[in-house]
Amino acid sequence: MNRVLVVAEHDGTRLAPATAKCVRCALDLEPEALVVAVLARGGAEIAARAARLAGVTGVLLVDAPHNAVPLAAVLAPQVAGLAADFTHLMGPSSTFGKDLLPRIAALLGVGQISDVLAVLGSHRFRRPVHAGNALVTVDADPQRLVVATVRLASYAGVGEGPAAPIEQRTLDVALPDHTRFVARREGGGARPELMTARRVVSGGRALGSADGFQLVAELADVLGAALGASRAAVDSGFVANDLQVGQTGKIIAPELYVAVGISGAIQHLTGIKDARTIVAINKDPEAPIFEVADVGLVADLFKAVPELISALRARGTR
Amino acid sequence: MQSVMVGIKRVVDYNVRVRVKPDGSGMATEGLKMSINPFDEIALEAALRLRESGAFAHVVLVTVGPPETEQQLRSGLAMGADRAIRIDAPFDLEPLTVARALHAVVLREQPGLVVLGKQAVDDDHGQTGQMLAALWGRPQATFASALAVTGALATVTREIDAGLETLEVDLPAVVTTDLRLNQPRYVKLPELLKAKSKPLAVLSLAELGVEAARQFTVREFTAPPVRAAGVQVNSVAELVAALDARGVLS
Repeated sequence: MNRVLVVAEHDGTRLAPATAKCVRCALDLEPEALVVAVLARGGAEIAARAARLAGVTGVLLVDAPHNAVPLAAVLAPQVAGLAADFTHLMGPSSTFGKDLLPRIAALLGVGQISDVLAVLGSHRFRRPVHAGNALVTVDADPQRLVVATVRLASYAGVGEGPAAPIEQRTLDVALPDHTRFVARREGGGARPELMTARRVVSGGRALGSADGFQLVAELADVLGAALGASRAAVDSGFVANDLQVGQTGKIIAPELYVAVGISGAIQHLTGIKDARTIVAINKDPEAPIFEVADVGLVADLFKAVPELISALRARGTR
Repeated sequence: MQSVMVGIKRVVDYNVRVRVKPDGSGMATEGLKMSINPFDEIALEAALRLRESGAFAHVVLVTVGPPETEQQLRSGLAMGADRAIRIDAPFDLEPLTVARALHAVVLREQPGLVVLGKQAVDDDHGQTGQMLAALWGRPQATFASALAVTGALATVTREIDAGLETLEVDLPAVVTTDLRLNQPRYVKLPELLKAKSKPLAVLSLAELGVEAARQFTVREFTAPPVRAAGVQVNSVAELVAALDARGVLS
């Protein structure tokens, strides 16, 4: 029988939505135990939240000063110490999980399955390769712990359920002091967070400059949307890389995705193909983005986008 | 002074579209243009700049793969690496095995820093750097967009979902690169010729005491599902109407 440990992602005060998505994926393993590990300083509120995720059977809270910031080198030996009772260890395929899970796996001498998008059996998983140009089905060794990251765009988060018991754990493992947190600078500002936003508006190289990109930002604000960008726009220096949508950036699944002046390189399409509705505005009718768009408009964006902004403002859409 | 080690992987060129073989046994890569994995090229550029700034004496390039991967090692030597090591192995090693092989070379070479790409654009695992750091018991700073070395410390800015994070790590350490760390230099013809005479050593997995054992079985490759065709509209008014019809503006 499967016993799954999910590593919680949080920002020190709140549980990240990624955790509910990992729990949803873990439920497909039909586990007899589904435990969330919360490593934090304090963390009582985070643990209480995790305990109420539907399907969770228990929470392990490791409250320690050294868990105030998520350093993979410090967290990995602790999670490795918790993993002994489990058949599966899962975490989000966010920068937090991508950084941490392989370090845990190597400490335990096991490999990892990255970006699980479907659970096909207790040891059979599907994941994307080649920037989403193919999906591969992989069997893990049933004799070993399975370590996996969960592709967040493929799962909706679970809702609330009855509160599961929370157990405090004190871990006696040697922790390194060779890695030190210096600073964190948040990106987004007032706009919704790209990974979890219901609506996302992205711009591409066709915006021409950082100034030109303001047009996309304005459309995002009118729609109450998060702002994104293609790799080409990031490479051209129009916006910061934390806005990059695609295989090498963020993989998202909003209800509405609006691509402005984005041609639609395969690596970008990989990042958006789980969006419910994709809208493309591009002046090149041959642009690959139109192959995946639900609604396409062939037009000069510098004319169409201001028009769209006024049309939306006139209706007061939010 | 110590060296900086860079791991590179031979992959199908970033700009080439790869398709699944009709029998689902893998990807059809025969005859396609092969290159250094783009993130690894950024790793090499970062190492070259650190050498040029005087932080390290040499740049040692390592790959794990069959003889044809020496083409990419030669490209890396032409970019400016001082010498190269090929660990002879099949193409499809699992990341943990690659990390074990790199770890064995690290123990021989004792580099002051290892720089790797954050992921290879073929398998998209994104594991090797973190696994190497774990096996080595040293710091990791993944997804780097800025890297500075002062004495026995590295300060690394990381691209994380929430924005940017800065870490300070003791050396030696493992750094994996994100896109914006740098723009790799172009190779000039004279360097390409010079690269032919730079040292390239070959080691076997057996010499390094690493087994190529597999923990996973790849069953089949399938093409991703295709989205149903959408509608083309002719004006902004029609666009707004189409969005209304789908209920996405409410």
